[in-house]
Amino acid sequence: MLNRLFVQCPQCQTTHFISFFKGAHYVCSRCGHHSRLDPPHWIRQLCDRGTFRPLFANLKSLDPLEFPQYRQKLEAATQAASGWEAVVTGSAEIGGMALALAIMDPGFIMASMGSVVGEKIARLLEHGADRRLPVVMVISSGGARMQEGILSLMQMAKTAAAVRRLHERRQPLITILTDPTTGGVTASFAMLGDVSIGETGALIGFAGPRVIQQTIGQKLPPGFQTADFLLEKGMLDIVVPRKHLKSTLVRVLKIHRTRPFPQRMPAKEKPLS
Amino acid sequence: MKTAMDIVRLARHSKRPTSRDFIEFLVHDFVELHGDRRFADDPAIIGGIGFFESIPVTILGHQKGRSVQDNIRRHFGMAHPEGYRKALRLMRQAERFGRPVITLIDTPGAYPGVGAEERGQAEAIATNLYEMSGLRVPIVALVTGEGGSGGALGIGVADRIYMLANAIYSVISPEGCASILWKDSGKAPAAAEALRLRAVDLLKLGVIDGIVAEPGEGAHERPGETMVQARKTIAAALKELLVVDAETLMQRRYAKFRAMGVYAHGDGFDGLF
Ligand SMILES: [Zn+2]
Repeated sequence: MLNRLFVQCPQCQTTHFISFFKGAHYVCSRCGHHSRLDPPHWIRQLCDRGTFRPLFANLKSLDPLEFPQYRQKLEAATQAASGWEAVVTGSAEIGGMALALAIMDPGFIMASMGSVVGEKIARLLEHGADRRLPVVMVISSGGARMQEGILSLMQMAKTAAAVRRLHERRQPLITILTDPTTGGVTASFAMLGDVSIGETGALIGFAGPRVIQQTIGQKLPPGFQTADFLLEKGMLDIVVPRKHLKSTLVRVLKIHRTRPFPQRMPAKEKPLS
Repeated sequence: MKTAMDIVRLARHSKRPTSRDFIEFLVHDFVELHGDRRFADDPAIIGGIGFFESIPVTILGHQKGRSVQDNIRRHFGMAHPEGYRKALRLMRQAERFGRPVITLIDTPGAYPGVGAEERGQAEAIATNLYEMSGLRVPIVALVTGEGGSGGALGIGVADRIYMLANAIYSVISPEGCASILWKDSGKAPAAAEALRLRAVDLLKLGVIDGIVAEPGEGAHERPGETMVQARKTIAAALKELLVVDAETLMQRRYAKFRAMGVYAHGDGFDGLF
């Protein structure tokens, strides 16, 4: 959709010149709809030019349950995504500051969390802990990768525990919740950010709106589970439109990089095993 | 030979002993404790303190109703954020006083509703995963019936995880899986097979530490004998765990969940960014 001369906004159907659309960070100038981005586009949006280096890129999904159609699904998704999994992890610089970065790709089986996503997220958090780097995550996900059954569920515990490792080395996790962030990813590392940023208009929740509607048997309130709704309910720190995302990140990173009173840092650091 | 769906039906059997039955059997001098001190007391999770054999413990679990009325009040064992926050409050209290924690898992999942989302269902579960991964007292979890997704894991990050022989533990219900994958919840039996949600499957996948036998037709028929088996298993686990120092316990718990997941090392990619 981003390769042609014109592009149509999926929300209001306005047609935009692709070059203008690009200049507007893939945000509709008419209705403000934020188009979903793939990892290369996110890297261009956020990172200083040429600083991104992939890490753990060789991890590949297997089919431990021999789940019907999973192999075919993985193959198709891998081809479409030019080789990466549902999350791209690496090191990068933003505003001249080094950090560890994860970007999830809703184009890859809805960025669902299987063993590879859990492993890459955990490794990135451990990398941040080892190298004393802040970790930034651009998150989106349809939830757990059900084709990996219970193993996908356990990635929630694994990633949440790894956030603790990062904190033991006094480095922050900064999460950017984009459209859509739901299910097991929301209920693990996505909701554990020291600073949680929602992208304008993103759907963010635990249960999907359809499931909730079926359970309660009535219409959902307008704006339910949008970033602004979560902000109002106290579940996010800030909601930021895409064009201000990088400058916001730079500010947050700068503040965390500066230690006010190093001699007064409270607890001793625990050694990593 | 029982099919996976037969096991699912047994795990959900209305006559199956509930957490309250287990607590009454396993613990003496039990004092039930209520409320999350934030919002409410969620009757879908019960908990408190008492003696397991001669050891003071904190014990908590999902509570399904024993009648239709009771089930409606308890949301069929589907907890709200206040339920997970009550569980966390009790676990932190256990840590403060050096008591081991026993959790009993029996839920179709976390409650999907408007209030649950407004009050941060995802945040409540994520925080429990994070806090349980660092709780400095032993935790033993027993899946007694339905281990439903994040709602189960929200009290399931433990040093030892056991399942009753006819319990299930899954990332999604077979009905939910079938309706997403095949647009037909009637194909739940096939999904139940594919998800590998039986105790024997989880033992093979390395997710649980052992299976508690259910004599005869199952726990609904012979609850007393089943609970005797459960007591033996928990007693043996606590005996091992109580002699381990907190630092080692933390490291082992981290390593346990860190090792979960199946993936391969492929070629990776480079030059794309
Ligand atoms: Zn538009």
